[in-house]
Amino acid sequence: MKLNIKEFPKIPERLGSGHRLCSGCGAPIVAKMVLMGTKDPVVVTNATGCLEVATTIFPYTAWKTPFIHSAFENSASTAAGVEAAYQSLKRQGKIKREIKILAIGGDGGTYDIGLQALSGALERGHDFVYLCYDNGAYMNTGVQRSGSTPRGSSTTTSPAGEAVPGKQQFPKDLTAICAAHKIPYVAQGAISNWKDLITKASKAFAVKGPAVLNVLSPCPPGWKHADDLAVEISDIAVNSKIWPLYEIENGQWRITYKPRDKKIRPVEDWIKMQGRFRHLTKKENHHIIEEIQQWADENWDRLERMEKATSSEGGSE
Amino acid sequence: MTKNFIKPLTGASAVSEAMRQIDPDVVAAYPITPQTEIVMKFSQFVNDGKVNTEFVPVESEHSAMSACVGASAAGARAMTATASAGLALMWEILYVAASNRLPIVMPVVNRALSAPINIHCDHSDTMGARDSGWIQIYCESAQEAYDNVIAAVRIAEHEKILLPVMVCQDGFITSHAMERVDILEDEKVKKFAGELKLPFPLLDTDNPVTYGPLDLFDYYFEHKRQQSEAISHVFEVTDSIYKEFEKISGRKYNRVETYKIKDAETAIVALNSTIGTAKDVVDALREKGEKVGLLFPRMFRPFPAEEIAEKLSGLSAVAVLDRSETFSGTGGPMLADIKSALYEKESRPTILKYIYGLGGREINPAQIEQVFSDLKEVKKGKKVEQVVYLGVRE
Ligand SMILES: Cc1ncc(C[n+]2csc(CCOP(=O)(O)OP(=O)(O)O)c2C)c(N)n1
Ligand code: SF4
Ligand SMILES: [Mg+2]
Repeated sequence: MKLNIKEFPKIPERLGSGHRLCSGCGAPIVAKMVLMGTKDPVVVTNATGCLEVATTIFPYTAWKTPFIHSAFENSASTAAGVEAAYQSLKRQGKIKREIKILAIGGDGGTYDIGLQALSGALERGHDFVYLCYDNGAYMNTGVQRSGSTPRGSSTTTSPAGEAVPGKQQFPKDLTAICAAHKIPYVAQGAISNWKDLITKASKAFAVKGPAVLNVLSPCPPGWKHADDLAVEISDIAVNSKIWPLYEIENGQWRITYKPRDKKIRPVEDWIKMQGRFRHLTKKENHHIIEEIQQWADENWDRLERMEKATSSEGGSE
Repeated sequence: MTKNFIKPLTGASAVSEAMRQIDPDVVAAYPITPQTEIVMKFSQFVNDGKVNTEFVPVESEHSAMSACVGASAAGARAMTATASAGLALMWEILYVAASNRLPIVMPVVNRALSAPINIHCDHSDTMGARDSGWIQIYCESAQEAYDNVIAAVRIAEHEKILLPVMVCQDGFITSHAMERVDILEDEKVKKFAGELKLPFPLLDTDNPVTYGPLDLFDYYFEHKRQQSEAISHVFEVTDSIYKEFEKISGRKYNRVETYKIKDAETAIVALNSTIGTAKDVVDALREKGEKVGLLFPRMFRPFPAEEIAEKLSGLSAVAVLDRSETFSGTGGPMLADIKSALYEKESRPTILKYIYGLGGREINPAQIEQVFSDLKEVKKGKKVEQVVYLGVRE
């Protein structure tokens, strides 16, 4: 069941304080908000990456809910195993209560090395929620490029150099890839729009079958911004439409937040806040900013078209 | 099926029969020749409603092992089965399974590793995984594979052990050959296997635990030490479980199997189906009055070094037949373990080193006879230092 907003604060805290993520890191905020989406107990599986590493340094753990980390590329298949165990034991009457399963991975563990395991788990229809906290690079190993790294971004394996100005490719569209599995629920969210995000999480937990949440997760050292900007930078990403908020519910695409008039920002505003794009402000690289703007606009147009095409009112908005 | 009865079964079918009777909570598996028959048969049991198992037809072996890790940590009895490239693809997660002390049972049908790609038997797959922390049991026949998969559940889940177990049989030679297999009553197996009681299941949500934390130089070593401690109990536990199994089946198993070795002067050490071939040769040579025997380390991990040394030290010459290469330039993997087991002994046999049967190359009685005749020469004083590649065209 989708939760009412008044119920969010009553959900017990499942990821405690005292972890060792960087100050200003978006990842724990993402995880905490998503974990507010259900009253039921949750078993968490987590891929190798910043969130896992910094919350479970033995003999401490920040997790107040059952948690397993197995490896980098298998959060989804580990969750598939937990879910299979749950279904089996429930069917045999050995477990009675309702339990939710949340698989978490970073963008590296999701867009890249874990994509196969994720695709398999979605196709098989396990009843679980997959959360990608997307900080656009392999942060845990020192900011290397991933399939999610934005075009133009400087990472340690796509550095801004004399000849090549950062990452050349645009990110792959993970959210659409997941939607193409025709699962009940897929959504993109951001911590700046917390109500939107927690509502999406509660929908994801409520559906029967797989659901995917892809959530933008600012990273001060990786994106090179001050550590009190995670929420603001998310907000500008959303209002510049570089990170649109939308959901695909049973095949129906819906943009859940549409910035209007004065709220709309050029992507350049977002780019300028982050040191990873510093080289783009050079004159000879300015065309890259324009390309990114165009990419974001086209992406938005496509979302609007999808929204229209799949709308139950038959295409009027 | 409620009575013991004899059934004509292949090694692969015998294992799927054992899995049906064990009725694991979760099976996650992916097909690969020559293991495929196990998964196919088991899928049929699932869809015919013969088991309670939740079957996860994963998209790779990496996910098969990952799902078993998730299921087992969750508190379910979890099984999979694989061979060759499938086992290789699981490699990373084999260690995760063992190090998290998850009692997963996995029948493995031994097959050569690529390249070149080859679907037939050798032991390079499981030998490569011998130091992953899994218990390894090897089987000569379909009957042994059936029996040991059942026994393995109890060994793996014993409170002092809590470690995963591979039960290995030879690809095609055993997996696809029809044999008479004595199948136990369903009820007997069910009772023998009992209920799994894992100490810290993830699904006990009232008592949350964290599996797989970051564990650095300040604790990792202690955790590895605990893993070694668990391994040190495997022999005593296996002995008692084999005894219990004998009570329900009438079939006796040992960690180290021997054949006519008591008064032998020379012996062959080998694994799996080759032991069957060699038994015939030993019988024939014994009739001619030759004092020959066999040793089969059924349990290869942990390695029963003391017992093997005890049994071999009095012999004058021993041939170790490895069905895989290490490419160390010093011979096969079993050879190294046998040699080091004997190092502490005052009297040691001369050891001949053989590598045979790679990629399914046939090993026949004539070749085994040749090995015994080589041993005879050595007993008389002939020196052979190099590794012999048995049955290869040089
Ligand atoms: C098989 C494997 N390859 C590489 C690594 C090294 N590694 C650990 S975490 C990581 C990057 C994680 O990136 P992401 O998933 O984006 O999470 P983040 O650290 O950014 O939160 C890498 C490359 C590994 N642990 N396992
Ligand atoms: S490097 Fe980035 S993602 Fe990792 S803990 Fe620090 S802020 Fe968070
Ligand atoms: Mg990342």
